[in-house]
Amino acid sequence: MLNRIAKSTNLTKRTQDSIKKNKRIIKRRRAAGTLELTMLALPSILFVFVFNYVPLYGLILPFKNYNIGLGLLKSPWAGLENFEFLLTSDVLWTITRNTVFMNALFFTFNTIFSVTLALLLFELTKKFVKFYQTVFFFPYFMSWVIVSYIVAGFLESERGVLNKFLEIFGIAEIQWYNDPKYWPFILVTVYVWKMAGYGAVIYYAGLIGIDREYYESSLIDGASKLQQVRYISIPLITPLIIVVNLMAIGRIFYGDFGLFYNVPKDIPFLYPATDVIDTYVYRALRQLGDIGMSSAAGLYQSVCGFILIFFTNLVVKKINPDNALF
Amino acid sequence: MKSDKNYNKIKLSKLIIHLVLILFTLFCVVPIILVVIISVMREKEIFTTGYTFFPKELTLAAYKQIFLNPKQLLTSYSITFLTTLVGTIVGLILTTSMGYVISRKDYRYRKFFSFYIFFTMLFNGGLVPTYIMIVSWFKMKDTFFALLFPYLCMPFYVILMRSFLQTIPSALIESAKIDGARELRIFIQIILPLSKPAIATVGLFIAFNYWNDWFQSMTYTTKINLFSLQYLLVSIMKNIEFLNSSAGRLMTGSTVDLPQYSARMAMCVMAAGPMLFIFPFFQKYFIKGLTIGSIKG
Repeated sequence: MLNRIAKSTNLTKRTQDSIKKNKRIIKRRRAAGTLELTMLALPSILFVFVFNYVPLYGLILPFKNYNIGLGLLKSPWAGLENFEFLLTSDVLWTITRNTVFMNALFFTFNTIFSVTLALLLFELTKKFVKFYQTVFFFPYFMSWVIVSYIVAGFLESERGVLNKFLEIFGIAEIQWYNDPKYWPFILVTVYVWKMAGYGAVIYYAGLIGIDREYYESSLIDGASKLQQVRYISIPLITPLIIVVNLMAIGRIFYGDFGLFYNVPKDIPFLYPATDVIDTYVYRALRQLGDIGMSSAAGLYQSVCGFILIFFTNLVVKKINPDNALF
Repeated sequence: MKSDKNYNKIKLSKLIIHLVLILFTLFCVVPIILVVIISVMREKEIFTTGYTFFPKELTLAAYKQIFLNPKQLLTSYSITFLTTLVGTIVGLILTTSMGYVISRKDYRYRKFFSFYIFFTMLFNGGLVPTYIMIVSWFKMKDTFFALLFPYLCMPFYVILMRSFLQTIPSALIESAKIDGARELRIFIQIILPLSKPAIATVGLFIAFNYWNDWFQSMTYTTKINLFSLQYLLVSIMKNIEFLNSSAGRLMTGSTVDLPQYSARMAMCVMAAGPMLFIFPFFQKYFIKGLTIGSIKG
């Protein structure tokens, strides 16, 4: 562009030279900037490489008979031996079902609760919103360990408050920690308790971002509050709901280890309802010391997760390219 | 007449909204209150009537018992405190610098490194290879570093940071460059002061990760003097489970001196308390940072 202008206006050779020189300086400066920025990020780049990329070597672990003394490369190949137990027992089905089913329940209920809370908060003045947001956030900052003690306070068979409460209605004592059938419900309640406040803050922010003009003009048309919610608020925060849940769907094969390990107290009776891929991998590694089987389950998880996020993204890209992750 | 009716209707609907939100507030707070109440209950009352929201008598006996022999608690507190402090500072440096670099629209490898970070959120080697790496390659089992390293540069927070920093107008950076400032100076003197909400948000997240951590302790330590506060609680819970099981009774004769029920809950209060206390001070920044990060992301 500059060249063409220079030529067309018949500038002297010297001016052309100085333009070229300037361009070179700009280019050099930009290169220096690139280098400086890269150097700034370098510690993190290396760190992420070591802790997130190097472990990808683990993708070949399940195909090896790993021996600590021999190391990764010298350990003998095992073929598909490590997958045998997974595929022949019904463990794989149980842990997959629990992981996917519970995660689906989690994000369904959590979305319903947090969107509802956000819509309600949206009707109030800032002062109240601040108060409610603070309180809703308290559970979010409890670790799953603390949560497991809280849950025990409610559910322990001899001392828990829930059984005593149910007694008022003539319901006999329930052994919560002995029977898996109650646990999907318990886990969903606990999850919503801990996470809904966080979601509410995010969706509330989305609502605040909506242009006020929509509401004003709908008032002129005589819309009721409920109609505003249905035809303005919800459609306009749907993209945000999609983005948040897309991440959740992409991670549907990853159970929240802290929740599934601590809250049911790792009690084997409850495994039929509470054992997820992550807890299984952990037990196989740390309790059985079976690196082969553990890493086989881990690989299964990574591959399923990756395929899933890839297809979800494809679908979203078709519907609404702006919301696609990559 | 009509507007009066309307006014009443609005008032009523506000009342209902508050009612629902107060109900949810109770749902959030009551379980936490239960733990606090149990921690000041008399052990005898727990034994006879179980936990209750309305104990007949209050006592600080559980707290006294813990402070009578505070060695383990103090060790765990200092482990947790040290990992939180060092982890948050180093973690913020790594997260902020990475997030800043990939937020710069004129950075040449922006796309590449954004994906480099993002990819790790979708796909990773899993627990086993990381475990082998830390334990048998780095020989970090039973060291402080095993507790520190895994949370230092979390991809999710880098992305959050990037989303926030993208909202800083690039004209600011351009004008600093025309004045001849180098990148490091621009970052430290211009960008950092502008991103207090994001730094507070991400810093709080990182701090909570460390404060609430028990997983790294459980996975990488066997020595009790490296147990974090949270893992101390996990192991107390486990011991009680074990002793309650019949195998445990046979093996130990069930006369082991463990913290009793109220003392367990008192420990929970002491583990969760400091962070709950700190949160309201950061809340202003926190919600702002979270909001900007999530909307623009």
